[in-house]
Amino acid sequence: MSSIGTGYDLSSSTYSLDGRIFQVEYAMKAVDNSGLCIGLRAKDGIVLAISKLVHSKLLVPKSNKRIASVDQHIGMVCPGLIADGKALIKRARAEAQNYKDNFRMPISGKMIADRMGQFVQAYTLYSSVRPFGCSTLIATYDSVGPSLYMIDPSGVYWGYFGCAVGKNKQIAKAEIEKLKLNELTSRQAVMEVARIMYSVMEDDIKDRDYEIEYTWICDESDKKHVEVPSDLIEEAERKAKESLDDDDDDDMDDE
Amino acid sequence: MNTAPLKPGEVSLGTTIMAVQFNGGVVVGADSRTTTGSYIANRVTDKLTQVHDHIFCCRSGSAADTQAIADIVHYNLQLLAAQEGEEPTVQKAANLFQQLVYQNKDALSAGIIVGGYDKYNGGSVYSVPLGGSLHKQPFCIGGSGSTYIYGFCDAEYKENMTKEECVDFVKRSVALAMSRDGSSGGVIRLAIIDKNGVERIFVPGNQLPQFFEG
Repeated sequence: MSSIGTGYDLSSSTYSLDGRIFQVEYAMKAVDNSGLCIGLRAKDGIVLAISKLVHSKLLVPKSNKRIASVDQHIGMVCPGLIADGKALIKRARAEAQNYKDNFRMPISGKMIADRMGQFVQAYTLYSSVRPFGCSTLIATYDSVGPSLYMIDPSGVYWGYFGCAVGKNKQIAKAEIEKLKLNELTSRQAVMEVARIMYSVMEDDIKDRDYEIEYTWICDESDKKHVEVPSDLIEEAERKAKESLDDDDDDDMDDE
Repeated sequence: MNTAPLKPGEVSLGTTIMAVQFNGGVVVGADSRTTTGSYIANRVTDKLTQVHDHIFCCRSGSAADTQAIADIVHYNLQLLAAQEGEEPTVQKAANLFQQLVYQNKDALSAGIIVGGYDKYNGGSVYSVPLGGSLHKQPFCIGGSGSTYIYGFCDAEYKENMTKEECVDFVKRSVALAMSRDGSSGGVIRLAIIDKNGVERIFVPGNQLPQFFEG
């Protein structure tokens, strides 16, 4: 049985004959079109980064942030459809506040990931709604330590040492797998994230205007989710660009 | 502890309750008298209610109100433990009590003490009195009988008591309150909560600690 074009992809409340839900898979395709987003869990914290095209010269630089704080100790980024991401962030903030009201404790990473997973999954059940067109990276630093979760449009979530979402995620993942994340400090992780970002995006956005946003939660940031200090970003991006140039030189030498 | 008026015929825990921290856990204790007016509806009541494996509450005020609150908190703690995959802290339990008492302060007459053990804080004691405030204390007394023993408890409480010293302190305090307070009496019920679990102690009415009576 051919699995496409037979009317089973019109609603997420209908399975295809081989047991798939096409609307959810299409939502994942929407995420794949997003600018590259990387999360790394180092030994003393987590780094989040996302690249975004600046589609107009009229936009104020560094405005329109994509990475949001959900609570002091929770960072969240939703690569994919931006408006869907905003809705998820709003929900996550409500969950975090609700937990605080009930228990007078900050919500743990595990709990917020679980709650958001349930929320995303609920949007795969009904014909009247469409699944979220974004994956969700959640970075937290709680009593257990630093943790990184990623939630799919299907609602499944896993804890990660490192993950990559969006354009060229496979290449980025291959790079992340080479890292020894258990030994890396958050500072080193920022360097690695910048290096991977630049090396992966190189061909894609060569002559286009783009920005990369970096945030972290680590011991240095007092276990709070904040933007990575600008001097560290500058250093990381300078080194990333240098290593790109080096690679180019190497290529030249080889020829 | 009946500043919020009871309805005619409502059953009251005109009570003596207390909870005391010691190194490694908590001892909670209570008398056993439940009254409707001057009639003793139950002389062997258990006012110590377990809301999770290592968390108890001591109930004073309306028996119906405090039972209902304890049931709700019990449910929420079970749910939380299943979701988080670990035992709830005493602080979380106390906060649930506080939320319920505060949000329904106009309808409730409930004075509750929460005591228990968790791996993060060891033994801890919280008090949730009538208005729905929340107080963390090394020890706490409550109920109508407690007014007679404030001085005694302040004088006798020591920091870092052993379990045995702590049990003895609670027994003597509750016995003194029971002998002076008409709404407290019967037997003494105790629970010792530490990392190993719960130990219940029962002191019959004819084996209470004896003091001067005059």
